[in-house]
Amino acid sequence: MNGIVSYGAYVPCHKIETGEIASVWGADGSAWAKNLNVYSKSVPGPDEDVITISVEATRQAMKRAKLNGDDIGAIYTGSESHPYAVKPTSTIVAQAIGATPHLTAADYEFACKAGTAAIQTCLGMVGDKQVDNGIAIGVDTSQGAPGDALEYSASAGGGAFIIGSKKVIADINHTTSYTTDTPDFWRREGQKYPRHGGRFTGKPAFFKHVMSCGLKTMEMAGTEAKDYDYIVTHQPNGKFPIRAAKALGFTTEQFETGLLTPRIGNTYSGAIFLGLAAILDIAKPGDRILAVAYGSGAGSDGFDITVTKNIEKMDRSETVEDMISRMKIVNYATYAKYRGKLRMGGSN
Amino acid sequence: MSVPRFWRELDSRYNLVGSHCKITNTYHYPKRSFNPEAGRDSIGNMEDYQFKGNGKVINSTVVHQAQTGYEMFGPYCIAIIELEEGPRITSQVVDCDPEIVKPGMKVKSVFRKLGEDSESGILHYGTKFIPDEVLQTENDEDDDIADVEL
Repeated sequence: MNGIVSYGAYVPCHKIETGEIASVWGADGSAWAKNLNVYSKSVPGPDEDVITISVEATRQAMKRAKLNGDDIGAIYTGSESHPYAVKPTSTIVAQAIGATPHLTAADYEFACKAGTAAIQTCLGMVGDKQVDNGIAIGVDTSQGAPGDALEYSASAGGGAFIIGSKKVIADINHTTSYTTDTPDFWRREGQKYPRHGGRFTGKPAFFKHVMSCGLKTMEMAGTEAKDYDYIVTHQPNGKFPIRAAKALGFTTEQFETGLLTPRIGNTYSGAIFLGLAAILDIAKPGDRILAVAYGSGAGSDGFDITVTKNIEKMDRSETVEDMISRMKIVNYATYAKYRGKLRMGGSN
Repeated sequence: MSVPRFWRELDSRYNLVGSHCKITNTYHYPKRSFNPEAGRDSIGNMEDYQFKGNGKVINSTVVHQAQTGYEMFGPYCIAIIELEEGPRITSQVVDCDPEIVKPGMKVKSVFRKLGEDSESGILHYGTKFIPDEVLQTENDEDDDIADVEL
């Protein structure tokens, strides 16, 4: 069966605590942390962006699978913070892993679920035997406007999944999507920061799509919540994914492994990749996983996944938890410097 | 730097591709088409070689007056790094306090942004280095302080 041949992840080594951000704006840090269930978020260094994170995650995936660049026929990178408006991230990733020139590549944008749309594209190409292996990448280094609620959660990180049909470590049994025109979150062309519909991002947006897609995926698979060992959903904050998982009938034991937002913030397109990578880091053959991504605008992609025995042969060192444990705390001044929030002299 | 000039060196910058001389069994970075040690014998005996990216610091310095374009890094560490295969290259060592970088420290390569040609210009990517050994972080030190009985 077609599925995940390998996976890689990347989380920057800096983080800022919610209380530090709140103190700058005279807000109650404890209340913000508790309300969002986000206690710290990752901060990319001044030389890190979607391209560098994509390359690092992809290189880890390639190394784990012992694949060469020639083995890759497609690369699709999903993000809402590509460094270029015009010029693909995916071609730079392809060059950096030695996959050029005989491959197809493109960048995707669908808010936080562009990466899972890339997984579906790769599944189609592998299923149609157009390529042996395709790489789907989900990475973001998104920003919230200073003082906005998003500033407490918008972080950086992501992952890369190699999709293929040989030596698959996790079968993708079923996938489906649920898509509507729901304007809950957007960023206009040329604008630095996104805007959102406040509470409108909840029930008619995140919950409607994640729940509907999750239920449809289980219906296609003929499964119930109790049939799964893990669930991971998009996680814009630490509360929404818990509420959605519980509403779908899942327990804490099933969702806690893939729930990273309380410690690293909302990595947008990277969130479902990192959550799934954290699960694959410890998964055993036969484990079943339900993954449901969400992207504003809006849509959800659902995946019913079964881990195979091939995962036992894979070198799974350098886990997502290892990366999180190495994160160093920075203060707001350093965060502002790293994230380009300072106007430098001479720049006018 | 002009776009074509950087583009010509993508493999060297992205993937640490240098050269190996089959006559003297020596490695070079950046890439050479001729090895002076082997003279004319090296002609036709030079091959591309991708370095593993592991090395150690030979010496380093901390830059406090940042070069234009590097203001956001300041203070930052610049080091001479000897790759496992022999060549020495100059690079930033990032993701750590610059003061802890010392001769002998093991480092490994990472893919990072090197700079940009203005706000609307092309972005330059390539190789930098990070420590390849367990470091005590500031967070760890905080934890230690919390454990001390006063």
